[in-house]
Amino acid sequence: MGHHSNWPEWVYVGVVIALMCWVGGEAWNAERLIEHIPADAEIIKVTGQQWFWSFEHEDGTKEIGVLHVKVGKAYKFEVTSKDVNHSFNIHDYVVLMDAIHGRINTVWFAPMEVGEHAIQCKEYCGLIHYNMRGKLIVEEADSTS
Amino acid sequence: MVLEFQKPRPIWQIMFSSHHTDVGLLYLITSLAFLFMGGALALALRAELFLPGSQIIGDSMTYNRMFTVHGTTLIFLFIIPFASAVGNYFVPIMVRYKDMAYPKLNAIAFWMIPPAGALVWLGFADFTWYATPPYSIIAAPGPAADMWIFGLKILGISSVLGAINFIITILKCKHPDMSLGQVPLLAWSFLSSSLIIIVAIPTFAAALLMLLTDRLGVSGFFNPAMGGDPIAYQHLFWFTFHPEVYVLVIPAIGMMYEIIPRFSRRPIFSHNSGVFAFVLLSMVSFSSWAHHMQATGMSFTEKTVFMVGTLAAVPASAMHVFNFVATMWNGRIKFATPMIWAVGGIALFFSAGAGGVVNAAMPLDFQTHDSYWVVGHFHLFVMGTIAFGSIGYLYYMFPYVTGRMYNERMGQVHFVMSFIGTVLVFFTQHVLGLYGMPRRIYDYPPIPEWITMNQIATVGAMIIGVSMVIFLINMIYSAGKGKEADTHDPFNLGGKYYYPFEAKTPHH
Repeated sequence: MGHHSNWPEWVYVGVVIALMCWVGGEAWNAERLIEHIPADAEIIKVTGQQWFWSFEHEDGTKEIGVLHVKVGKAYKFEVTSKDVNHSFNIHDYVVLMDAIHGRINTVWFAPMEVGEHAIQCKEYCGLIHYNMRGKLIVEEADSTS
Repeated sequence: MVLEFQKPRPIWQIMFSSHHTDVGLLYLITSLAFLFMGGALALALRAELFLPGSQIIGDSMTYNRMFTVHGTTLIFLFIIPFASAVGNYFVPIMVRYKDMAYPKLNAIAFWMIPPAGALVWLGFADFTWYATPPYSIIAAPGPAADMWIFGLKILGISSVLGAINFIITILKCKHPDMSLGQVPLLAWSFLSSSLIIIVAIPTFAAALLMLLTDRLGVSGFFNPAMGGDPIAYQHLFWFTFHPEVYVLVIPAIGMMYEIIPRFSRRPIFSHNSGVFAFVLLSMVSFSSWAHHMQATGMSFTEKTVFMVGTLAAVPASAMHVFNFVATMWNGRIKFATPMIWAVGGIALFFSAGAGGVVNAAMPLDFQTHDSYWVVGHFHLFVMGTIAFGSIGYLYYMFPYVTGRMYNERMGQVHFVMSFIGTVLVFFTQHVLGLYGMPRRIYDYPPIPEWITMNQIATVGAMIIGVSMVIFLINMIYSAGKGKEADTHDPFNLGGKYYYPFEAKTPHH
C-alpha cells in the first residue's frame, strides 16, 4: 500500500468538495428566497384528518376536499392535523408541508395560471391514505363566485 | 478450509455450534431465506401497482402490511444478518484469530434473529418500517404493532451484541504482528459499522420502549392528545436510522474492497484512503439525520445544518468510488460473476449518491420528499449497492463455504437480469416521483404517465424475480452437485493475490 502518489485522489476529492459547496450554496440561496412569505399573503387554514382535507379561508368560508383560490394572489397555508401525520401536497406548485397534530406549519404559494391541480396526502396515514386526494381550483381574479 | 457441504455434519452440530463459520453459515442461510420472503412481497406490491384499481391484493390494509413487512424484513432480516454472515466468516480469519472474541455471545446474537423475524412476520404490522406516531400509537392495530415493536427490540439487541463482538475481535484479538492499519478493508468496514451501531442503536431502543408505553396508554411521549410531541420520535428514530444506512452500506463496500482488487489482479489503489473514508463516513453519518424531516416544519437554519451534514457524506463516498476505479484502471480485470456484481454495484452506488445530492439540496427536496423518488433513491442503495455487493460476495465466498463452484453462466445471467431489472424499477421510480406520485399508496388515479412508469417498474421487478429464481437454483444445485473448486485459486486468477480462503481455522 501507498508506494505510489495519491495526488489524483486529492484533486478529485477537492473537486467533489467544491461541487458540494456549490450545490449547498445554491440550495441555501434558493430556499432563502422561496421561504420569504409576501406580507399580503392571504391565510388559508388547512386541516388534514383521516382521510380528507378541509380548508378555512380568512373570511371564514370553509371548504372540504376542494380549494378555490384566485390567480395572481399569494396564499399562506397554515397546515395542521386533527389525528395522525399527513402531508399537504400540491405537486404542481411544489407545495409540501407535513400536517402534524399540535403544530401549525406554514408554506405559501401564488398560483400563476387558471386551472385545476391535484391535492394529495404524501405522508402515510393509514387505510385510505392512497385516496386522501383533493382538488385545487385556481379561478380568475375578478370572478365573484 | 471449511467445507460445510463436503463433510456433512448433523444439522444440530451446526445449530448448536459457536464456531464463527458455523454461526456465519446460520446467518447466511437465515438472511437468504428472508431475502426471498421479502422479495416475494415486493413482487406482490409491484403487481398490485401495475394498473390503477385493485389487482391482486384485496384491500389497502393488506397492502400496507405487506410493504411494512417487506421493508422491515429486507433491512433487518436480510441485509444486516447477511453482513454478519460475511463478518463471521472472514473477520476472525482476516485478523488471524481462531474465532470471534466471544463465541457464545456470537451464537446468542444470531439466535435472537429467528424469534424476532417470527414476531415481525406473524404480527404483520401496517405502520411502515418507521412506525411514526401518532399513527403507530392511536391507529395501528395490535397485536401486530406490538409484536413488531418487540421484534425490532430483539433485533436491536442482537445488532449491538454482534457489534461489540466485532469491535473486540478486531481491536483486541488481532494478531500481535498486525497493526491496525494493516487490517484488511473488509474488517475495517465491520469496525466502522459496528462503532456506528454502538452509538446509534440505543436511541431507537429508547424510542421503541416509549412507543410501547404510549401504545399501552400509560405515557404520552409522542401522543399530541396527551401533550406529547410526535416530532420527537422522528428525531430519535432518524438519529438511529440515518447512521444505520451507513451500517448497511459500509460492509457492502468492504465486500467490494475484497472483490475489486483480486479480480483486477492489482493491489488496492490506496488502502489508507479506504480506511480514512470508512472512518469519515461513520462520523458524518451522525450529522444528517433530520434531512428525513425537512418537511416537518423545521426552521430554515435547521434545514441548512442538515443539508450541509448530508452533503458532507459525499466526499467520503466519492473516495471509495475513486479507489475502486483507480484499482481497476490498467488492471487485468477478470469479469467473473463476483466482479460484475461488484462493478454493477459501484455504478448504482454512484447513481444513488447523485440522487442523494438532489434530495439533500433543500428546495429540490420539497419536489422529491415522500414521493416515489425517495423510494427509487434508497432502493438504489439497498438493492443496487448493498444487495449487489452482498450477492457478488456470496458468489465469491461460495467455493469457500461449499468447496464447489457455482455455475458461472447462470451467475452472469443472474447479474444481467438483475441489473436491467434494477435500472427499470428504481430509475423509473425516480421519474415517477417527479411526476408527483406519493409513496406507500395502494392505488393511484389513472394518470397516463403514472400508469406507464408503474408498468415499466413492475416489469423490471418481475425480471429481478426471475433472476432470483435462477440464483436460487444455481446456489442449491451447485452446493450439492457443482464442480469441485480448486481451493487454492477457485477463480483461476493466477494465485498471486491472497485469498482469505487460505487461512486454516479448525473447528473447536
